[in-house]
Amino acid sequence: MSGIPHDHYEPKSNGEKWLHSRLPIVGLLYDTLMIPTPKNLNWMWIWGIVLTFCLALQIVTGIVLVMHYTPHVDLAFSSVEHIMRNVNGGYMLRYLHMNGASLFFVAVYAHIFRGLYYGSYKAPREITWIIGMLIYLLMMATGFMGYVLPWGQMSFWGATVITGLFGAIPFVGESLQTFLLGGPAVDNATLNRFFSLHYLLPFVIAALVAVHIWAFHSTGNNNPTGVEVRRGSKEEAEKDTLPFWPYFVIKDLFALAVILAVFFAIVGFMPNYLGHPDNYIEANALATPAHIVPEWYFLPFYAILRAFTSEVWVVQIASFVTGGIIDAKFFGVLAMFGAIAVMALVPWLDTSSVRSGRYRPMFKWWFALLVIDFFALMWLGAMPAEEPYASFSLIASAYWFAYFLVILPLLGVIEKPLPQPATIEEDFDAHYAHKADADAAANPAE
Amino acid sequence: MIKKLTLSALVALGLGTSGAMAAGGGEQHIENIDFSFDGPFGAYDVNQLQRGLQIYTEVCAACHGLKYVAIRTLGDDGGPQLPEDQVIEYAKQFEVFDADLDDFREATPVDHFPESNLETAPDLSLMAKKRAGFHGPYGLGINQFFKGMGGAEYIAALLNGYTGETKEQAGVTFYENTAFPGGWIAMAPPLDDESVEFVDGHANDLHHLSEDVSAFLMWTAEPKMMARKQAGFAGVLFLTLLSVLLYLTNKRLWAPVKYKNRD
Repeated sequence: MSGIPHDHYEPKSNGEKWLHSRLPIVGLLYDTLMIPTPKNLNWMWIWGIVLTFCLALQIVTGIVLVMHYTPHVDLAFSSVEHIMRNVNGGYMLRYLHMNGASLFFVAVYAHIFRGLYYGSYKAPREITWIIGMLIYLLMMATGFMGYVLPWGQMSFWGATVITGLFGAIPFVGESLQTFLLGGPAVDNATLNRFFSLHYLLPFVIAALVAVHIWAFHSTGNNNPTGVEVRRGSKEEAEKDTLPFWPYFVIKDLFALAVILAVFFAIVGFMPNYLGHPDNYIEANALATPAHIVPEWYFLPFYAILRAFTSEVWVVQIASFVTGGIIDAKFFGVLAMFGAIAVMALVPWLDTSSVRSGRYRPMFKWWFALLVIDFFALMWLGAMPAEEPYASFSLIASAYWFAYFLVILPLLGVIEKPLPQPATIEEDFDAHYAHKADADAAANPAE
Repeated sequence: MIKKLTLSALVALGLGTSGAMAAGGGEQHIENIDFSFDGPFGAYDVNQLQRGLQIYTEVCAACHGLKYVAIRTLGDDGGPQLPEDQVIEYAKQFEVFDADLDDFREATPVDHFPESNLETAPDLSLMAKKRAGFHGPYGLGINQFFKGMGGAEYIAALLNGYTGETKEQAGVTFYENTAFPGGWIAMAPPLDDESVEFVDGHANDLHHLSEDVSAFLMWTAEPKMMARKQAGFAGVLFLTLLSVLLYLTNKRLWAPVKYKNRD
C-alpha cells in the first residue's frame, strides 16, 4: 500500500515465505491492521467500527431470519410471528435486526456529519467520500426494502408511497413504477423482488466497504486538525501516527462496547420504540392508515420531498418553464434526491483551502445550523402535511440546499481561517502537555 | 471534545424524537396503569395471566380469535404457566379443521387458538402491540422504557371507556367510547361487573376484569417478554463490564504515548 511510510510484513519461517511468494495475504492483513493512523483522532472517529459491526450483525441475523421467513403475501406476516414465537431465540434475532438497522443509521449519520465538519471529503479523499455516499444510498434502499418484508400496514403503505415517487417521473414514470413493482400495485411480485434485493444489497455494501477502506488507506485517515501526516521518512511519520493495532482497535472496541450496552438496553427493554405500532397489523390494501410515516432515518429527506408543494413559487416557475413536465410531485422527488446529490458533491462545492472546521470560525456556525436543520427536518418529516409544518419544512429544506450550494462555496472566499498547527504531533502534544501540567499542579507531591 | 459529545448527544436526541413521532397517531388520552410487567424489572403476574385467560375464554373468545398463539404456550415459562394436564384439557374445548382428516376435530395443545368467529371482530393476538397508548413526554415516547407502549392500557381504557350512548348508522349500532379513535365503536360493551367469576373469589368488578384481560393480551402479543428482558440484562451487564475492562486497557495502552513528556 502506498501512502504513509511504515514497516511492512516480512515472512520469517519457510512456511511463511512459501505462502507469501504465492499469495501475500498475510502481508495484506498485516499492512491493513498496522496502518499508521493519526494519533490525534478523537471520539468521532469510532463510527467506522460501529458501522462495520452493524453490517456484520445485520448480515448474520438476517441470514438466520431468512431460514424461517416466507416471502409470500399470505404467509410473510405470520412467518414473522412464527419467528417471534416459535423459533429458538427468534424474537431476539428479529429485534436485533430491527433495531440494528436503526443503530446502523445513527452511526452512518454521525459518520457523515463527522466527515462534513472535519472536511474529510476534501482532496485527496473525494473517492472515499463518493463511495461512502454510494454505501449510504444502498443502505437506504436496503433499509426500505427490509421494512416491507414483515408485510405489516406500514410495510405495505410505505412501499406504495415510496414506489409512487418513481411514478412521478415524466413520460417513463408509470412504466418504471410498474417495472419496479412487478405489477400495477404492491403485491406478491413486489414482496419477492424486495426480498431478493434485500438479501443481495448488503453484500454489495460489504464490497463497497472494502473499497471505501482501501481508498482511505491509500490516502491515510483525515484527523481533527485536517493537517496531513508527514511522509518524508518513516521516522517522521511515526511522530504523527500510531499503528491501528493495538491503539485504535482497543479504543474503537471500547466505544463499541459502550454503544452496544445502550443498544442492548433498547433491544431488551423497549424493542418496539423505534417501530410503528401499525406494522403489527397485517397489510391490507383496502385500509389506509391515518398517517403513513417512514422509518425515522428517512424522515429528513421525506420532509424535503413534501416541502415543495404546488404553492411554492420555485415549483411554479419550474412548472411554467418546462411546460408542466416538472410538476410539484416530480419537483419534490428531484429535491429529495438532489438533497443527497449536493451532499455527494460537497468535495467540489467547498472552496476553502482549510480542511478542518476547527480552524474555520465562520464555517463552525453554519455547520452547527446544518446539524440543527437536519434534526428539524427529521422532526418535520414526522409531522402531518399542514401549516405551520409545511412552511417550516420549506425553510429547513431551503437551508439544506443553501448550505451546500451557496454558503460553502462563498465561505471559502470570505472566511479568514485561524492558524493551524504545523504537525499532528504538535496538536497532540499541546493537548496532553496541557493536561499533564494540570495533573502536576493538582498533585505537586508527585 | 465537548463539541463532539454534543454532536453525539444530538444524534441520540434526534433518534428519540423521530422514533416517537413515527409511533404517534392516537388522539385519545390513555391513563397509565401500573402493570406488573412494566419497566426493565417488570414480570408478568402468573395469576393475573390465568385470570385474563379465563376472561378471554368466557367472554372475548365468543367473537375474537388468537390465531398466532399456540395453545401449548399456555404452559410456557413467562406465560400463564398452566400445568400440562390443564393445557391438554383446555385445548379440548376448541374445534379445529384438520386438513389430513378433511374434517373438524378436537384441538390439542399443538394447535393454535381459533381465528375470530365474527368476521368484523379483529384477531386479538397482537392487539396490545398494534396500539400505542403513550407518546410522551413531548412526543418523545421515551416513557416506554418504564411504562411500556401503552397497548395494554389502551385495551383496559377501551373496556372501561363506554359512556352508555349509542347511535344507529346504516343499520349498525355504534357505542360511544372515550378510548376508541373516532369515539364510536361497533363492539357492544363486552365486560361488566361480575361478568366472570373466579374460583378463588378474586375481585371481579369491571375495573379488575379489564386489567386482567389486558395483561393476558399483552402476553399473547409479546409471549417472550420475560426472556427478552433477561437477555437484555445479561447483555447490558456483560457489555458494561466489557466497557470498563476496555476502558482500563485503553487508558493503560495510551498512557506512555500521551504523557511521554511528563518527566
